[in-house]
Amino acid sequence: MNDDEPADLQPLAEAPSEEVQRGQRERLLAAWKMPVGWRGWSAVNNTAVGKWYMTAAFGFFLFGGVLALLMRIQLAIPDNHFLSAERYNQVFTMHGTVMMFLFAIPMFEAFSIFVLPQMLGARDLPFPRLSAFGFWSYLLGGTFFCGSLLFNVAPRGGWFMYPPLTTRYQPDLGADFWLLGLSFIEVAAIAAAVELIVGVLKCRPPGMRLNLIPLYAWYLLVAAAMILFAFPPVIAGSLLLEVERAFHWPFFDPARGGDPLLWQHLFWLFGHPEVYVIFLPSVAIVAMIVPTFARRAVVGYSWIVLAAVGTGFLSFGLWVHHMFTTGLPGISLGLFSAASEAVAIPTGIQLFCFIATLAAGRVTRSVPMLFAYGGLASFVVGGLTGVMVALAPFDFQAHDTFFIVGHLHYVLIGGSIFPVVGGIYYFYPMFDGKRLSESIGRAAFWLAFTGFHLTFLPMHLTGLRGLPRRVYTYPAGHGFDGPNLVSTIGAFVLAAGVLVFVYYVFRPKKNEPTCPRNPWNAGSLEWLQEMPDQPWGVRSIPEIDRRYPLWDQPDFVRDVDEGRFFLPDAEEGKRETLVTSVIDARPVQCLRVPGPTFVTFWAAVFTGGSFVASTFHWWAAALASAVLALGTILYWLWTGTAIIPEKDEKPVGLGVTLPIYVSGPASVGWWAMFITMLGDLTAFVCLVFAYFYYWTIHPDFARAAAQGPGTFWPLLGGGALLASWALTLAARRLNRGDRASAFYAALSTAVVLAVMGAYALIAGPLRTGLDPTRHVYPAIVWMLVVWTVIHVGLGVVMQLYCLARRAAGRMTARHDIDIANVALYWHFTALTVFVTVAVIAGFPGVA
Amino acid sequence: MTAETDESNQSLWFVIAAPIAWAAHFVASYATAAVWCERFAGRDGSLRPARLAIAAYTAVALAGIGLVAARAWRRRQHGGGVEAFDADTQLGRHRFVGAAALLLAALSAVATLFSALAAALIEDCR
Repeated sequence: MNDDEPADLQPLAEAPSEEVQRGQRERLLAAWKMPVGWRGWSAVNNTAVGKWYMTAAFGFFLFGGVLALLMRIQLAIPDNHFLSAERYNQVFTMHGTVMMFLFAIPMFEAFSIFVLPQMLGARDLPFPRLSAFGFWSYLLGGTFFCGSLLFNVAPRGGWFMYPPLTTRYQPDLGADFWLLGLSFIEVAAIAAAVELIVGVLKCRPPGMRLNLIPLYAWYLLVAAAMILFAFPPVIAGSLLLEVERAFHWPFFDPARGGDPLLWQHLFWLFGHPEVYVIFLPSVAIVAMIVPTFARRAVVGYSWIVLAAVGTGFLSFGLWVHHMFTTGLPGISLGLFSAASEAVAIPTGIQLFCFIATLAAGRVTRSVPMLFAYGGLASFVVGGLTGVMVALAPFDFQAHDTFFIVGHLHYVLIGGSIFPVVGGIYYFYPMFDGKRLSESIGRAAFWLAFTGFHLTFLPMHLTGLRGLPRRVYTYPAGHGFDGPNLVSTIGAFVLAAGVLVFVYYVFRPKKNEPTCPRNPWNAGSLEWLQEMPDQPWGVRSIPEIDRRYPLWDQPDFVRDVDEGRFFLPDAEEGKRETLVTSVIDARPVQCLRVPGPTFVTFWAAVFTGGSFVASTFHWWAAALASAVLALGTILYWLWTGTAIIPEKDEKPVGLGVTLPIYVSGPASVGWWAMFITMLGDLTAFVCLVFAYFYYWTIHPDFARAAAQGPGTFWPLLGGGALLASWALTLAARRLNRGDRASAFYAALSTAVVLAVMGAYALIAGPLRTGLDPTRHVYPAIVWMLVVWTVIHVGLGVVMQLYCLARRAAGRMTARHDIDIANVALYWHFTALTVFVTVAVIAGFPGVA
Repeated sequence: MTAETDESNQSLWFVIAAPIAWAAHFVASYATAAVWCERFAGRDGSLRPARLAIAAYTAVALAGIGLVAARAWRRRQHGGGVEAFDADTQLGRHRFVGAAALLLAALSAVATLFSALAAALIEDCR
């Protein structure tokens, strides 16, 4: 064998003395202590934030559930007047939106924030404050959004907000709540996705190579990457729609050259992957539960990885199957129909892997498995009706009927809610060291399972008989009455099951005994957790040799507990965790993570404030709040990031010494910037797509393009901005060479050039008199320019920040995280500038 | 000189190269057909040029996926193909990555053929 590699590190042969261990524990406890009292809300520990996040998501789930019951009461009998048509529209819009945006996605992110560090044997995620910021943003945005229902101004255009219904016919505030409230929450979702991707790639324990990662982490990586590419289209679309509503730029108005179908493309380019973003993490929970109760390793690990990654990709080729009846050419339908069928392959593969694992193991009965069985069986039904509606001719018949409502609830409740509830049952001991009752769990399951099928199975029938969705009532005598009544009864049985579950999860359990450690005898790393848990997460960060270390690594728990592995101590009283390499998880850095703070809370309040004020078109307040948000975030970065440590490196145990401060591609911050900017670039690509979309549908595009913005100003602006980019790169190099005055000169010039370039870019459409409210062509040109200029503006703030950091001695030649990340940001900005100029100045010449 | 299996010679991009080829094929096929029908042929026009283009894309995509699959197969069989996929060694990880990439290549090839089938069966822009 020529593949010589360094031998694995073994845990200390001898435990440190009892006294040494006691000292280590005390120091760890001091470093990771949670704030108490009202200051408890400043905590950023993943366990605290994860629990709040999950509780909030569950609260929104119950709210969405109540809305569903209101709809079922309304539909119980024909010609009912329990809800008015208008109210019904609000209720179904809110139900869909709350369940998708405020429950399903946040729930999986919350769950992952809680459980991922435990699965990876990490002390915390790399950016605990970012998680907290995401949580507060979500809570504020979600509450604001739901509050609209109480004031009778809730959105009522469906969870997909199709124009022109949401532009010309509903000019009131409802749609603004949706567009702005949710964009804010989507930003929070992307923040969490960045956190989770970097967590999986860089914060694994030493030795956890790609082939040893828990399946949950694989699924999570895929789902988080999907968020990164799926959410930006809807953010870009929301931007266009809100600008149309607020400023009358006609992106979706056919009278002035716009096209409502563009919204459907952008929405479903998000909306379909979203279904899989919800589904994959839920299957991931099943992938953790099944091996535990089958008492064996999962069968077909690489096949499941294939399924997760394959589903992630294929799910982006399905969006048009929501648009089969919009009159697109047959070839477009055919392509999307083909991909919609293909995605059934990886989806099926993972289910067969689970069945094989169960067949090959010795299965023990348990409530989590019951939910897993029930969920997968229901999901298969939804998957099969999905294959049916993926066929365009069948979809023509079933489109917009209750058949689709039945189908999608089988997919989402079967594929997501049952596994998540099973997961809560399974992981509950990790939340508070207690176990939930088995018999009550079984009762909750059978109630929910029976109620679920009773509710949604008849909907297939009412749909095939022709009952349309989203209509508040129906006439008697068309065969709708009976099945609808059954559905309503079923909905209440399902609700009873949920209530039983909620009561037993949330009732006080002070007098119940703490459950033993690893209560299910699982093999995966997260069950290392002590009962009740310790704020430090793991006592020492283990070296991993197996996929199921608790089953297969001898004396594993003892070695971790006695501090025989990495980082058993917190000598400097700092919060520390390990960063490892992507492929083989070799330790590369001892990362210091920040502690409790209220700054994330205020950052979320001010960011949210600017979205709230925009909803009501209070532009001055919105601007003021945005400035406050920027100030708070800058304070957060200034005081809490890229801190120069008191020493360059430290021993982390087992004879390994690691650097504390690294910059560039080796640092987690650089990865976070890179991943964030990939998402940002995706949103920009959607705007560029819109430009070419308008070109496709307008035979007279060239004539419109002759008005402006010309080539002179865009080229001038582009040149100045690319020069600013080049100088920023030069500044990074000069800083590294410790040539301070040259650094200041280069970066200051870059700032000046950036400002001038931005002005020149604006001058193009401005001086050629392009009026964005007249026609869609000037509107989309302006939108590309505004998008670019906003990015340049942020880039200027970053350049100034780096100048200040160096001047304040917080950035040096060796400690250059700030300028390295800013240079990376400017790479993306330069690309944005280049594409914008090429499109608005170059394309009219060739069109 | 580091061993082929060393982490410095690896990249996660390899695993998703084949699905990226599928995605490129998919987007190119869709864009070509949509632009052709909307801007040039009209709703009753022939799809022929777009179909020829899609055939060409399919050949290119399948060739690319085939290359990835061949490399993935070599990785999977590295070192005699005996080391377990869950072994705590560079070789085990190397073989696992090869196996995963190979499976993804197979899935991507099937999905690409599915897309091509749509172009093979539909003759005009209606």
